[in-house]
Amino acid sequence: MSTAAETVGRAGAAGWIKHPALQQLAWAIGGFSILMLLWGIGGYYIANNPSTQSFAAFGLMPTLKAIPYLLEAGKIQNAIYASAFRMGYGLSIAIAIGLPIGILVGRNKRFRELSNSPFQLLRMISPLSWTPLAVFVFATWNGSIIFLIAVASVWPVMYSTAAGLAKVDPAWFRVARNLGARPLHMLTRIIMPAITFDVLSGIRLALGVAWIVLVPAEYLGVTSGLGYAIQDARQTLSYDHLTAMVLTIGAIGYVLDTTLVMLIKHYSWHRGGA
Amino acid sequence: MSIRGTEIKIEGLSQRYPSRKVPTFNRVDLISPPGEALAIIGRSGCGKSTLLHILAGLTRGTEGRVLFNGEEVTGPSPRWVMMFQAPHLFPWMTVSQNVGVGLTFGRWSKSEIRERVTEAIQLVELQDFAESNVQDLSGGQQQRVALARSLVMEPEILLLDEPFSALDAFTRASLQKDVRSIAKRLGFNIVIVTHDIDEAVIMADRAVIMAGSPGSIVHELDVALPDPRDRHDPAVQELRTRLMSTFQEAAHAKGGAEAMEATH
Repeated sequence: MSTAAETVGRAGAAGWIKHPALQQLAWAIGGFSILMLLWGIGGYYIANNPSTQSFAAFGLMPTLKAIPYLLEAGKIQNAIYASAFRMGYGLSIAIAIGLPIGILVGRNKRFRELSNSPFQLLRMISPLSWTPLAVFVFATWNGSIIFLIAVASVWPVMYSTAAGLAKVDPAWFRVARNLGARPLHMLTRIIMPAITFDVLSGIRLALGVAWIVLVPAEYLGVTSGLGYAIQDARQTLSYDHLTAMVLTIGAIGYVLDTTLVMLIKHYSWHRGGA
Repeated sequence: MSIRGTEIKIEGLSQRYPSRKVPTFNRVDLISPPGEALAIIGRSGCGKSTLLHILAGLTRGTEGRVLFNGEEVTGPSPRWVMMFQAPHLFPWMTVSQNVGVGLTFGRWSKSEIRERVTEAIQLVELQDFAESNVQDLSGGQQQRVALARSLVMEPEILLLDEPFSALDAFTRASLQKDVRSIAKRLGFNIVIVTHDIDEAVIMADRAVIMAGSPGSIVHELDVALPDPRDRHDPAVQELRTRLMSTFQEAAHAKGGAEAMEATH
């Protein structure tokens, strides 16, 4: 029944494409084309309205023209490199802390009860409100930004890991123990493969949050990164550069998220898919 | 594959939980010779499952001890393996990986694991599904995988906790016969806990009845029947009827005695 429904559902625009991956690609290209078209139309009206004419560089065509220039000057690459370093560093710290504590929360009832209230309180603090504190504590701007990313993304990793563990069938541990598993085996052969899906889902959420925190954090004192590049473009009134950078942020976030979705699908053993 | 059986000796085993007044069972003594298939029959809550968990080393009794070939059981071991009511397979592993998982906990080379897994899968007749996702198998096939996962360890004792109760009648009947014939062929002991009299008659060499609160062994009966056993065979039917009436008598006698005790 569901197959029939799916076939009908897919028989729209991309019905003539047989391969599911190509179908997905076709949908994506279609969606992007509509987005570009709307942007193009908006840009056209801005450029042709005397009162908004000075913002014409926000339009699609000036932006697309700015990208090759920025690439040639190495501005996009440098910004990506600086931001990626901070993101990677911050996320790594978040995973290194969130994963083991998440396992502890999921496995140990006492720890879960004890940690629940303080963790919920800390979790609800907007990551950016740590900024003044971070600036005091860390000697460099880089350190502060990495801290802010880590503080924002540790919670999704921790709570997804704990939620994954809560779904683990206790009988699996009994079966494994019965077959001679030692505690290390429980971790590497049972717990980790059982929760990889949830951990990756947590990292996906964390990535989204970290990405949101990164750009405003880079409006602070640093002189590199995507957030800085946007700030810089605004101050020099180069609106085409500004939108090109905004577009870059979106594109990278999209690629990272898609990669994680693919990883999640690969590691998912839940029937019905991710 | 050939496995030596083990003498199982239970000495004065009791189990009491601090939260309950009456012990679950009290001073149970039992000997099962090497290679025997022993059934423990009893109503739910008579402590038979707890007894099996103690045999597996997954729980400790409050008093008494369990000896396998004279050696006291202090914890779980791949030498005595338990099969549970549900298969509890690892859904992220294939059939082969599930079967071999116990071997990966020990010091086995990859080629040895592969060899023994292939053998165990053949034993339960799942060759065609070796690389399948276990979630695609039927309940009976999944319980066969669980059986192969136990057999691959070449255990001296296979402990079965109502392992077929969730299966349909046909699958249950065929698995009961298969487990008995594999055990007899390889020579390992079986201890099966069940509330199903038929299961005991088809699978066991001897049946003991547990009843009362606290539970104790109130009766035992030899199941001296030739193999293969067929449930429609008059001899099987006759033994089944006898076991059933013994079971009911034992349960009533025990219940009556308790009622008497309570009035005093």
